[in-house]
Amino acid sequence: MSLFQARDISVRFGGIRAVDAVSFDVHQGEVFSIIGPNGAGKTTIFNLISRIYSATSGKLIFEGEEFTRTPAWRIAGLGIARTFQNIELFPNATLLQNLLIGRHCHSRVGFIAELGFLPSVRKAELHHREKVEDVIAFLGLERYRDSLIANLPYGVRKVVELGRALCIEPKLLLLDEPSSGLNVEETEGMGFWIEDIKKDLGITVIMVEHDMSLVNQVSDRVMALNYGKVIAMGTPRAVQSHPEVVKAYLGGEVDA
Amino acid sequence: MRHLFRTRYQQDIALWRHNGDRFWYALLALIVLLAPAVLGEFYIGELGAVFIFAIAGVGLMLLVGYTGLISLGHAAFLGIGAYTNAVLLAQGVPFLVTLPIAGLFTALCGAAIGRPTLRMSGLYLAIATLAFGSIVGTVFQKWTAVTGGFDGFAVPTPYVFGMSIEGATGIYYVSLAVLVLVLLVAANLLRSPTGRALVAIRDSEVSAQSMGIHLARYKTLAFAISAGMTGLAGALFAHYVRYLAPDAFDVLLSVQFVTIVFVGGLGSLRGAVLGAMFVRLLPQFIAVVRDSLPFGIGRLPGLEPSLFGLTLVLVILFQPGGLNGMWLKTKQWFQAFPFKRQASFRRQKSYARSERLR
Repeated sequence: MSLFQARDISVRFGGIRAVDAVSFDVHQGEVFSIIGPNGAGKTTIFNLISRIYSATSGKLIFEGEEFTRTPAWRIAGLGIARTFQNIELFPNATLLQNLLIGRHCHSRVGFIAELGFLPSVRKAELHHREKVEDVIAFLGLERYRDSLIANLPYGVRKVVELGRALCIEPKLLLLDEPSSGLNVEETEGMGFWIEDIKKDLGITVIMVEHDMSLVNQVSDRVMALNYGKVIAMGTPRAVQSHPEVVKAYLGGEVDA
Repeated sequence: MRHLFRTRYQQDIALWRHNGDRFWYALLALIVLLAPAVLGEFYIGELGAVFIFAIAGVGLMLLVGYTGLISLGHAAFLGIGAYTNAVLLAQGVPFLVTLPIAGLFTALCGAAIGRPTLRMSGLYLAIATLAFGSIVGTVFQKWTAVTGGFDGFAVPTPYVFGMSIEGATGIYYVSLAVLVLVLLVAANLLRSPTGRALVAIRDSEVSAQSMGIHLARYKTLAFAISAGMTGLAGALFAHYVRYLAPDAFDVLLSVQFVTIVFVGGLGSLRGAVLGAMFVRLLPQFIAVVRDSLPFGIGRLPGLEPSLFGLTLVLVILFQPGGLNGMWLKTKQWFQAFPFKRQASFRRQKSYARSERLR
């Protein structure tokens, strides 16, 4: 059964149909990429899934449960984590604190206990710390542990954001342009992280991406969007040679 | 220079980082405990006022410095705490009960203002809280049956375990105890999930939300905690001024609280205390030098508020880290002596992402 399903999901901003009756399934353990020209509605789909936007119509289903109307702050608790296109870390906190915020949806201590920092809170904090250290070790971020995010280079911040999402211990990970702003080498590294996340951690990934080499490297299936509509879906190779996709990217008429 | 070699995760969540911290804070505790034996009544009274303002400063720091929400209505919370405490005392309720009730009731009022302003930020929130402040001020004036209106009323003498704490020394010690408690609670919160959630909201609401942080709950909570601490300060303030009248809780007082937070240094509990010292001691300093200033500047009306305003502007422009930032830089300079990094002392142009930028 599919881990995640979108059924005829649409959203309209005024007269613009940003996403128009899009349906797709994501299977357990795959990397599913969404490609398309600028303004095709890729990030809007992510914002719909993380419930920053509300769908005008259609259904979103995760593990057999509909969550089309679930409030945004509950999404992490369901096991859906995301990163952002233009890095949304907490710049005035250390890397460690950023990753610990990723553990927020797992915290079960009461407010009164926190006021006194009771032993239960201390125990929970140490447990969170261990989980965070696992992620730090996984992504090789040890030497930046106590650095302020504002002082880290862009490429490292991208990895930190990935790490923060992993601290949620998600079942489904949404990556919004993981390679944007990275150089060729860093992009390759990002590709290896994504493969490791899929193979070693068994996390299902939905990725929005422009870099076709990265898409080819990691994706099991690809969906192409244009003007909010699905124009092609299938293996990376099939989608890239699909005439509609070529037309969307290069413009002009294609001899069919 | 001290390099910490950390071998356990416990070390990262400890209140004291190393024995040096323990030593200096123990020394500070000893000094403030013994101060009444050395200093005169007037100075102890003023120090007590510094503590009271520091309590409110810590409360406002949690809201402005850590959650990134502004409030220009904290004088109202101070007033609510003061009146709650004084009115209950007049009814014969013991001080050890009225003090926490003043805090809790003010926290409720804070939640009540936090809830409807959830979607506001920046200037709009400033205006909303300003309006709240003036509404509460009007209530103090008009609700004569309880507050005595413009005439005000004398605050009854508080008793702790049968001892009257009428004099400056009594208020000094009670304020000190409450300040230590408030600082401890704030530090505990900041190293718990709640504190991290507040910082997350300050730095990026959208990603805080996608990390599973319930924005409405935590913003309301931040307002409640902040107001509650200010309410405690208010209860003590009532005993410091001894006579409650509504004009004590005007907008200028709210601006003084904001000055505490900004001049002290956003995002630092130490800054809240340093800021409170600045705000309470500047008027005393002006009083001392008033007569020796040239051109009759000392006799100009409004000298004090304009100096507050000037300092606020200068600090925001040239020293965004506030007094706490200056302290950290000075400490670093001595630790690294004779080496120094030019960059540390260059004019800082990156700011904590908070209300002033939106």
